[in-house]
Order: sequence, then structure tokens, then C-alpha cells
Amino acid sequence: MKKIVITLIPLALFFGLVTLLFLNMGYHNEHVPSPLIGKSVPSFELPLLYEDKTMTEQDFIGEPWLLNVWGSWCPNCLYEHPVVTDLAQSGKLKVVGLNWKDEFSDADNWLKRLGNPYDVILVDYVGNTAIDFGVYGAPESFLIDANGIIVHKIVGELTPENVANEILPKLAQLQ
Amino acid sequence: MLPEIGQFLLVLALLLATALTVLPMLGYARNNETLMQTARPLSHVLFITTMASFVILVVLFVQQDFSVRYVAENSSLELPLRYRITAAWGAHEGSILMWVTVQALWIAAVAKFSRSLSLDQIARVLSVLGFIALGFVAFVLFASNPFETIFPVPLDGRDLNPLLQDFGMIMHPPLLYFGYVGLSVAFALSVAALIGGEINEQWIRWSRRWTNIAWAFLTMGIILGSWWAYYELGWGGWWFWDPVENASFLPWLAGTALIHVQAVSERKNAFRGWTVLLAIIAFSLCILGTFLVRSGSITSVHSFAADPFRGIFILVLLAIYSGGALTLYTFRANQLKSRDTINLNSRETLMLANSLIFITATFTVLLGTLFPMIFEAVGKKISVGAPYFGLMFFVLMIPMAVLLPLGSQLKWHRDDVMLAIKQLVPYLLITTVLAVIVWFLFKPLNMRAIAGIYGGLWVFTATVGQWFKHPARGSAGVIGMSVAHIGVAVFLFSMSMTEHKDTEKDILMQPGSTHQVAGYDFTFTGVDRVQQENYQAQQGHVEVRREGRLITTLNPQKRFYPKQQMPMTEAAIYAGWTKDIYVSLGEAVNKEGGWAVRIYIKPLIRWMWFGGILMLSGAIIALFSTRIKRQEDKQRDRVMEQQLKLS
Amino acid sequence: MTPTRKKRLILISLVVMGVGVATAIFLTAFKDNMMFFKSPTEVSQNDFPENRSFRLGGMVKEGSLQRIDNSLKIRFSVTDYGADVQVEYEGILPDLFREGQGVVTIGQMREDNVFAAEEVLAKHDENYMPPEVSNILQTEAQQ
Repeated sequence: MKKIVITLIPLALFFGLVTLLFLNMGYHNEHVPSPLIGKSVPSFELPLLYEDKTMTEQDFIGEPWLLNVWGSWCPNCLYEHPVVTDLAQSGKLKVVGLNWKDEFSDADNWLKRLGNPYDVILVDYVGNTAIDFGVYGAPESFLIDANGIIVHKIVGELTPENVANEILPKLAQLQ
Repeated sequence: MLPEIGQFLLVLALLLATALTVLPMLGYARNNETLMQTARPLSHVLFITTMASFVILVVLFVQQDFSVRYVAENSSLELPLRYRITAAWGAHEGSILMWVTVQALWIAAVAKFSRSLSLDQIARVLSVLGFIALGFVAFVLFASNPFETIFPVPLDGRDLNPLLQDFGMIMHPPLLYFGYVGLSVAFALSVAALIGGEINEQWIRWSRRWTNIAWAFLTMGIILGSWWAYYELGWGGWWFWDPVENASFLPWLAGTALIHVQAVSERKNAFRGWTVLLAIIAFSLCILGTFLVRSGSITSVHSFAADPFRGIFILVLLAIYSGGALTLYTFRANQLKSRDTINLNSRETLMLANSLIFITATFTVLLGTLFPMIFEAVGKKISVGAPYFGLMFFVLMIPMAVLLPLGSQLKWHRDDVMLAIKQLVPYLLITTVLAVIVWFLFKPLNMRAIAGIYGGLWVFTATVGQWFKHPARGSAGVIGMSVAHIGVAVFLFSMSMTEHKDTEKDILMQPGSTHQVAGYDFTFTGVDRVQQENYQAQQGHVEVRREGRLITTLNPQKRFYPKQQMPMTEAAIYAGWTKDIYVSLGEAVNKEGGWAVRIYIKPLIRWMWFGGILMLSGAIIALFSTRIKRQEDKQRDRVMEQQLKLS
Repeated sequence: MTPTRKKRLILISLVVMGVGVATAIFLTAFKDNMMFFKSPTEVSQNDFPENRSFRLGGMVKEGSLQRIDNSLKIRFSVTDYGADVQVEYEGILPDLFREGQGVVTIGQMREDNVFAAEEVLAKHDENYMPPEVSNILQTEAQQ
């Protein structure tokens, strides 16, 4: 019996280690729920990329919309581009782009090359609105309901999976 | 069509691995020879299947099939063919598929080169190995499938991470995997022995050769990783004690302890439990390392896509394999009782001391790596600086270097320690003389440098002297040991010089200006543009002169990869016998064409890696030991005889 | 006491001594090299270790980067959108150091409230933000 106690030491240490690693996984979960979910869209007034006027969050009240944060400098945006295009063309909701920290000519070239899926494109050159939204990297997307409440957030690129499993079901609940 | 075939082959591999896990073990439990005999053919088929799926992945890259997500993410139309091939294992999914393939290769090799084991032994070993393969095939299929397709198909891919477009990084992961997976053989043997409740010398001798090969691969992998970090990251360092580096270093440390303990336990009925435990620890650290690298649990300068699900999956694998093995160990280790008593005055004691030093080093590095996690659990964010590891390692390597020559001086079984120490005195005198010469050549040197240099010289003179006096100096075993220990000496010496006698300067250089660093004149003649297949670069020109004589012109680059929008520093290195001259570009600082330039002079840095190569060569040479071969032949004849009798 | 016992006792006491020395060195080495991670907000509230190195992480504030002529000295501000800290560094910045991107610097706080960085780290990934930094920004966003 005493001998088993000695040989038990490695196993006990090991389980301590695994527990620590397991607990630590929780701290590093990248899908932190945004503190903004369930709250109103932060107020903003931003210029548009292709029109000489500004829009505020009030202009979007009335129908659900998707705010997609992108930049021509962001490789993952390139990658999610077909998914965004598909979603926009499906006509299920309005897709609004937030062009983040980008030069006009770069953004314009990017859209000319790949096609412009967006209904309107807001320009956040300085990045203040993105901060209000708690954006910490592009791409990021926010699903916002008809009353201007943020319903869901996707960190990272949109994929056919997260559109089908997260965006569309949430959208269906709204209607 | 091809991606589906690849996928199908993986499913087949999953079934084969399941069969390999279950059938031979069932055969062992029921003493059914037919079932036990399925182990070898199953192993071979498993290898063919996984190899085929890996080849398919390479073909998909060569054909630029962007309908496969993994290809689209890691290749592009501009990527040169050689990198398209190597991109197959460049990122996570492909590298895990490669792990599985290498695992299957080792299993097939074990099945083939195991004639000296009896059927029930090999059945158990292959079954345990099959179980490990099962877990990793499942990991590929369910958590990191490289054959996943996407729709719509992108026109072009995202290109391979520029850091991975390089020879060092291409070879580094496969070598590490060969090492990791190789250690699984010793692990499987330990588990098989614990299941059966018996282990004998022949069995350990057989597994020792596999450990040696695995350890050699691991050493090579670490050397390449260090070399790559040196020339590719542009900081000129060769080891950063970064968590990702530690992840590969931990199994190496435990593996080193294991090799030395196996040298005892293959000769005598001693240290049985310790050998088994070390083998379990070494392989567990391989899985733990993979977990640390892939789960994103630790903050590291090396970037790897973190995915919590993958992290959990590897953690579960770790819990099953290591938890299972340690549970078996808890209840069965006492059955592997060591019967021979160890005389204190013998080489065996020193081998035990060696393993204790290395296992302490393992835990020190492990603690330093995991401590930030413990603190994070209580809400504090800390990191453990490289000096901690450096100091701890230094402290532990002193007794190692001091005791090493004593260990190889003492005879097995029983010797006179005082006599051995007396025999070492001449070497100590030679070492001291040499150390004084080094001191006068290179002073000033600080305490740590002196200790490292003295240690290196001490190990070197004693090893060479002992080899000349050794009665069996022609035998592969003795040559292997001596070569490996000379490697240790070379490493200690050159590492101390590199670390303490180097020069590092960041300088603002205007075109045409000359700066003197460590006796060399560096003339900056300007920067021009270079266009390559998938990147543009600004290339600087720096002429290096010594006393007016042109030594070399170095052309460091600042590259920009448009697909990934990623800048990269490509250092230019003049590699010499005694020192490296290392120049890398910072950035353009002013309008007159001035650049920030980093200049390093690194003495003996290549010798440090060469020391590592000597260590692994020693492990390889030892494989040809005729003593082991003779005893294996005897054992094989015995096994054959028994089998003849049975049939 | 028999000779074997005596030897064993000597051996055991040697091992115990070794373990003791090793633990002592371990604890000092650890204490000296443990580095705290602090955010600009914490630093502005004087919550940082004095006269020893710590890690300061956040975003490089837009428009704050300035070079000091004819030297490799650089000044920039690190921000978490709650507070800013001035950082001074001499040397070559990592490839991915950019305004508006995450950064971790290692160094000490000077008397004049400028953080003297000995090392500046940016990760080899353009979307990278050190997890510590993103956590800080998340908490700032919540406030």
C-alpha cells in the first residue's frame, strides 16, 4: 500500500497539470461575448465611401442589417469576400461595410477588383467608431436588429458555416 | 475527386488503427496467436493508407486545387513549386497529417525490425502504438481536416506564411515529429510492459535503439529550429526560451535522461520503474508540447492559429494516453521490481545522478513555461523572463559537466571512486592550463563564461583522454558515447563564447558612411529594389573590411509579401570558422537614404550547432554497437526456437 | 553505524543539500525574473513595480510615433483608450510595429514618467493582438 502511494505521485502531479491546462483554456477563449450584445449600436456619424454625405446609426433603424468591418489591407477580408457577396445577394438582409483604417484608393481598387457586395460603405478612417464597437481585428461582423440593438457578433471571417449556423438563425428569430 | 479519396483514406486509417488497437491486445488477453499475428500486417497497411493520403495532399498543392480550404489558405498562384510541396505540412492541418503519417511509418518500422521480440511482446507494443495512432487520426479527421472543401472556390489562395518559405522551417517540423513519434516507441514499450507486468533486459535493449534514433531526430529538429530563428527572425538570437521552443526542448531533456538510464537498465535488473516512468514522461511532454503550441494557451512570439476545440482535443488525448499510462504505472510499477542492487561506487550511480539532473532541468523549464498560467488563474498577468531559464539551466549544467567525466571514468557494477578521481587529476591539470590560455586570449570574461568554458574544456580533455585509454575504443558503443560527449564539450565552449563575447550594435547608417564594429569596418553603399516571384524587397549593400581588405559584401533584405501584406527581415550572414558577421536592415530613417542597420558579430556560433550535431551523431554511431547486436541475435534465435517448438 | 549505512546517510544528505540549494536558486531566479504585465491605465494609476522591469502592452497610438533626428531613438505612446503612456526606445523596431497595432514593450518606468523600453515586441501576424492587450481593450470597452 505504501508503495502505491509513492507510485501515485506522478499521476497526481499529472492530473494537477491537466486541470490547470483545462482551466486555462477558459481564459483564452477567443470568442469572448461582446459586452455590446443586447445593447444599442454605439452612436456614430461617418462619411460614405462613394457618396458625399454622412450617415448615423439612426439612418439604419427599420430593418435588420449586418455591419461588416473590413479593410483592403486585411487578408482575411479577401477570404471572406465571396461569403459576404453571397449573403448580400441572397437579399435576406442589408449588408453594410465599415471600411476601417483604409486609404480611399486602396479600398476602391480592392472593390473594383473583387466586386462590391455592400449596400453602403461607411468609412472609419481614424478608427474611433471601430473602437466604440470593440473591434479588435478585421474582419469582424455585427448583426443588428431593426431597432438598432446588436444581436450577434462574429470575430474573424464570415464562413458559409457561421452564416448558416449563427447569422441566419438569429436573423430568423428577429422576423 | 482527389480530396474525397484523401478523406476516405483517413477514415480507412481510423478503422485500421482501431483494429490494430483491439485485435492484438485481445489476442494477448486470450492467448490467441492468430489474433496477435494480425498486428504486423495491420501496421503495414496502416502506413500505406496514411502515406497515400499524405501524398494526395501534396498533389492537391502541386495542382493548386483551391477548392480545398487548406490549400487555399496556404498556397497561391505565385508560390514557387518547391514551397507548394512543402506547404503541405507548413500549417496546422497538414502538419498533423504528417505527424500521423510519420507515426504510421514508425509503427511499420517497429513491426518490421522487431524479430528479437516474442509475439506477445510485439503484439502489445503495436497495439499501444495503434492506439496512439488512433487518437491522432481522429484528431486529423474531426478537428483539423486538411481535405475540407470550400465553396465558392476562390480564384487564388492566400499564400504561404513568408516565415515558412524557407529551408529551415521546411525541415524543422518533420524532424521534430520523427523525434516525438519515435519516443512513442519507448512509451508503448513501457505501457506494454506494465500491462504484462514484466520487462527484461532484451526488451529494454531493443527499445533503446529506437530511443536513440528518436533522440537524434529531436536533436536535429531543435538545432534547425534554433538556426532558423537565428537567420530568419532577424534578431540574431539562437534561443529565446520562448514557450514554443521550450515545447520541443522539454521532451529532449527527458529523452536525454531516458537514454542514460536505459544504458543501465539494459545491462542490469535495475532502475526498471524509473526507466518506464521516464519513457512515459518523455512522450507525454511531446503531446504537452503540441498542446501548448496549438491551443494558444500560452503567449508566444511564434504565431499559430489558436483553436479552443483543437486544444481540448489534444488535452483529452494527453489525459487518455499519459493519464492511462500513469494509472497503470501507479498499480503495476511495483511488479517491475528491480532485483539487482546498485553499488554506490559505480557508473550506475552517476547515470542515476545524470537522469536526476536532466529531469530537474525538465521540471524547471516546465515550471517557467507554465507559471504564467498559474498566475493567470488568480487574475495576475506575468511572464517569466529568459534570464530565469538561462540561470537555472546554467546552475543545473555545472554538476552535469563536473560529473560527466567521472561517470565515464567509473566502471560498471563496482569501482573505486577515489581511484577514479585520482585518474582524472591529469585531465583537470590540462583543462586548467587550457582555460588559462583561453583567459589570456579572450579576457575579460565574466564568471558564467569562465564556468562554461572551463566545463567545456574539462569534458573535452577527459573524454578524449579516456577514449585513448579505453580497452574497447574501437567499439561503436564507446565511440558513440565519446563523440556525443565531445559534442557536449563543443557546445558548452562555443555557447559560452557566443553568449559572452558577442557584439550587437544598432546603427544609423547614411549611404557612403563607414562604421567600425569589433575591429571590422562596415561601409553602407545604399539600398536598391529587387522584385521576386511573390515578394518585393529593398536590398541593402554593406561592405565589410578588416584593415582595409574587403572580406565580403553583405546584402540584407527587407521583404514585402503583398498577398499576406507582411514585411519580413532577411538578414545577410557571413559565416566564418571563428565568427559570424550578421547584418540586417531595420527601416529607412531619413530622407537622405539613411537606414537603421543591425550589426552582430557572433563568435563560434556555428560550433554550437556543430556540437549538437556531434551529440546526435554519437547517438547514431551507438546504434552499430556489436555488443547489442550479438545479444539481439542470441535473443532472436531463442524466440525462433520457441516458436518452432510451439508449431 | 555500519559503513553502508554511513555511505547511504552521506549520499542522502548530499541529495537533500542539492535539492535545497537548487530550490533556493530557483526561488531567487524566479523572483528576479518574474515580469508583470501592466496596461497604460494601471500605469497611470501608479500600479506598477518601481525600479524593475515589467511589460507594458497596448496599442501604438495613431500619430504618436516620432523619431529623434539622426539617431535611432523613437518615441511613441502606448494606449488602451483609457490612458496613454509615453515610451522611449532606441534601436530597431520589429517588422510589424505599426501605429494602431498591438504592441508589448519591456522596460522600466523612469522618474519623468516615460517608459524606457529595452525591448519592443510585435507579433508576426498582421491581425495579431497579444491576448493580454485584447483583454484590456475588452475591459475598457465595458467601462
